[in-house]
Amino acid sequence: MATGARKNWLFRNVNAKIAALPMVLTTLVVFVGGTIWTVVYSFTNSKLLPRTDFVGLAQYERLWANSRWMQSIENLAVYGIFALIFTIVIGFFLAVLMDQKIRYEDTFRTIMLYPFALSFIVTGLVWQWILNPEFGIQSIIRNLGFTSFNFDPLYNPDIVMFGLLIAGMWQGTGFIMCIMLAGLRGIDEDIWKATKVDGIPTWKTYIVVIIPMMRAVFITVLVLVTSGIIKLYDLVVAQTSGGPGLASQVPAMYVYDYLFTAQNLGQGLAASTMMLLSVLIVLIPWAYLEFGGKKNG
Amino acid sequence: MVDVSAAQHTGMTGPSGTKPRRALSGRNIMIYGVLIVMCVYYILPLWVMVMTSLKGMPEIRLGNIFAPPVEITFQPWVKAWAEACTGLNCEGLSRGFWNSVRILIPSVILSIAVASVNGYALVNWRFKGSDTFFTILIFGSFIPYQVMLYPIVILLREMGIYGTLWGLVLVHTIFGMPILTLLFRNYFSSIPEELFKAARVDGAGFWGIYFRIMMPMSLPIFVVAIILQVTGIWNDFLFGVVYTKPDLYPMTVQLNNIVNSVQGVKEYNVNMAATMLTGLVPLVIYFISGKLFVRGIAAGAVKG
Amino acid sequence: MTNSIEVKDLTLNFGATSVLKNMNLTVAEGEFIVLLGPSGCGKSTLLNCLAGLLDITDGQIWIKGKNVTWSEPSDRGIGMVFQSYALYPQMTVRGNLSFGLKNARVPADEIAKRVARAAEILQIQPLLDRKPGALSGGQRQRVAIGRALVRDVDVFLFDEPLSNLDAKLRSELRVEIKRLHSRLNNTMVYVTHDQIEALTLADRIAVMRGGIIQQLDEPHTIYNRPANLFVAGFIGSPAMNFIKGETVNGGRAFKFGNIALDLAGYEGGAIMDRPKALLGLRPEHLTIQDHAIEGQTFPALVEIDEPMGADSLVWLEAEGKQISVRVPFENRPRPGAKVHLKVDIAKSSLFDETNEQRI
Repeated sequence: MATGARKNWLFRNVNAKIAALPMVLTTLVVFVGGTIWTVVYSFTNSKLLPRTDFVGLAQYERLWANSRWMQSIENLAVYGIFALIFTIVIGFFLAVLMDQKIRYEDTFRTIMLYPFALSFIVTGLVWQWILNPEFGIQSIIRNLGFTSFNFDPLYNPDIVMFGLLIAGMWQGTGFIMCIMLAGLRGIDEDIWKATKVDGIPTWKTYIVVIIPMMRAVFITVLVLVTSGIIKLYDLVVAQTSGGPGLASQVPAMYVYDYLFTAQNLGQGLAASTMMLLSVLIVLIPWAYLEFGGKKNG
Repeated sequence: MVDVSAAQHTGMTGPSGTKPRRALSGRNIMIYGVLIVMCVYYILPLWVMVMTSLKGMPEIRLGNIFAPPVEITFQPWVKAWAEACTGLNCEGLSRGFWNSVRILIPSVILSIAVASVNGYALVNWRFKGSDTFFTILIFGSFIPYQVMLYPIVILLREMGIYGTLWGLVLVHTIFGMPILTLLFRNYFSSIPEELFKAARVDGAGFWGIYFRIMMPMSLPIFVVAIILQVTGIWNDFLFGVVYTKPDLYPMTVQLNNIVNSVQGVKEYNVNMAATMLTGLVPLVIYFISGKLFVRGIAAGAVKG
Repeated sequence: MTNSIEVKDLTLNFGATSVLKNMNLTVAEGEFIVLLGPSGCGKSTLLNCLAGLLDITDGQIWIKGKNVTWSEPSDRGIGMVFQSYALYPQMTVRGNLSFGLKNARVPADEIAKRVARAAEILQIQPLLDRKPGALSGGQRQRVAIGRALVRDVDVFLFDEPLSNLDAKLRSELRVEIKRLHSRLNNTMVYVTHDQIEALTLADRIAVMRGGIIQQLDEPHTIYNRPANLFVAGFIGSPAMNFIKGETVNGGRAFKFGNIALDLAGYEGGAIMDRPKALLGLRPEHLTIQDHAIEGQTFPALVEIDEPMGADSLVWLEAEGKQISVRVPFENRPRPGAKVHLKVDIAKSSLFDETNEQRI
């Protein structure tokens, strides 16, 4: 009796189950399994190949004592904070301008969004060229007469992250602007009518009424930008290769180098686990905010 | 059309008709001004890329990067395509281009096929646990790729496809699944359930309904999915560099090698031509697809 | 006494499309005027023009003797209530009511006074510290009305305020609005597509269609003497019956098929002989009887009846046309019965089919 029912359940809707097999496998094997594997093996002393030689927190101790790792974290933090602020502010500001019933909206949007269609490698390389001290912006301004003008971020360890920032903003703000604009357009038109009748000036309406109403959009944007920042890799590889020296190293590069070049799996896995942790720190509060309040998830 | 002028009516004094609005008001100047300035920021790199790629090296050394070429030459483009050195060989980007194409086509087809069937199953044929798996899938898409890089290497090695084309195709399928499944799931949710029920009453099964009803109705979303995947896969770098051998390197990896690993004299015009070539495919798709592109990335952004 | 609102030759074009055509409208002080019509007739557009939310193409708008054609909405002395309430979701009710006043630099004690007065009139005192999300639909609408109240203006504009509410709440709030009007005596311009609201609330109704006012009159005039075919068919539920025929004998009789009806006692203009005419009869102005009266009845066959509670709506067939008659439920005839319908000519409306106007 029990076998019959069990068999029945397995074969019911069998086509769908087979069809969903890729999703199930991917979820279990790659996302869940892979993540667990990485975390578990980060506690081992694996070098070229994985070994079950557990050494507790040794990898993490070495990680946090490693100046290159510390530099990567610091770099990413600097980049991250500015990227977050600038992207959201510029993205929102541009969206507000586009929301003013202007003409040529499609043209403006096409121009602002096309960088998003490009690879980070392309972005990094073209900005590397523009910021080239010999031929790029610095030389042009100098040729105009300002001979002592200095703008050489890519060779200046103190401000190289800002050189990356300029390129990153160029690529991403158009996209954020589109999302913000969609959010703005979702606001009930009657709210605008009400503020006009009440005599509230436009700028005040945006700040006091509209922005609070767009809380969900801002949170989505925050999550998107943050997860993009943590994954920062291609752009750095192309624009600065992590240099000068270690001045623009980022955690993702640390992971790649230790996993594949330095033949130190343990370190690489420990570093990836740290990256995972940082994402969770952002994700879990967001998930709680989004789904925790309601009981359906 | 009645032409009414205020003066012709008794008792009509003061403002009448449309309020005069100056086109060049302070507000308009600020709005369009800021937008135009920002657009300069956005267009500049494209301009520089194209201009540089059409100049000869002597002109580059002399001039400024913003100026158009005095003498236009397509030599850099030819060199970038056929002769540039990547450190391994000097066959130009064409190799990388065709590699990218060979990676792109199966990856796009497989990832969309799998995800669309997934979305369809999730909406119309839900089974116990299907939604849970989907939620985990979506959460998984936030995990940085670096965390899963090595386990996938092991997986591919076990399957014997590490370093081959199909290994990379599989990787793209796996990582494309969350967003694409979400895209298709949301789309299929909006198809009225009555259609599906009527088809079942007519005796159609899982695959029958998928091919004869769902797919034909979903052309727009397939196009959006294709745009999303072509852009994402063509622009990919990390997977291309981890999961392939040098003779299979996609265009992005080759490009990076050409520009960044060449010692000695840097040929900036060739570099820019190479960069343009790599960016051309997604750019063309972007300009052609217009609103569909926006729809695709907006769908990716609205997770859940 | 100055008129509260005067609209002079107002025209509004969206590009090539003419949305409002040369409108003229005068609203007296304290009057409750309803703009009624189907979707797309321009009633909301007219309201938005009055509010200053839409720029007009031609014409003028005067409010309380002042030309406000080019004035901003907040300078026109109006308050507005929207269909979707449009309350500021992040502010409390008190915040919603005082936001506009604070922005206008009204002193704090004056604000408090006005908020308290509005809260008292609308019975929303216990809600003052809640946010709109925690209110029911009816409560939200009251707060929306309160927002207009605190502006201390003479003219209130309502844009289909009850359309988002369910039927029961709608009738409750309808009465509230009527009470509000009798207490405050403000001028109220009210847009709706619901004729019940129009008939119960209005001092005068402006029936609109295609950007033109079809008829501007008191509710009972609109009901009993509709100016044209459109108004006649639009107002009244169940709808008016229309019988095609012609007027003959110098306008003394209405002929259709084999029937001739005597038109003596008709209230209207000079009938004359019109080859294309329509006789409009409301279901309650027909009676079912079993005997014929020359010139006052015509035969019909009972087909089906629709019980509607106290009354029944009986459908009959006469000369190939479908006629509906309202009878008390107990008196409803059997289906298939051959009866005679008596017409009340004094309450009927004759229309000339060529120009659709009432005769």
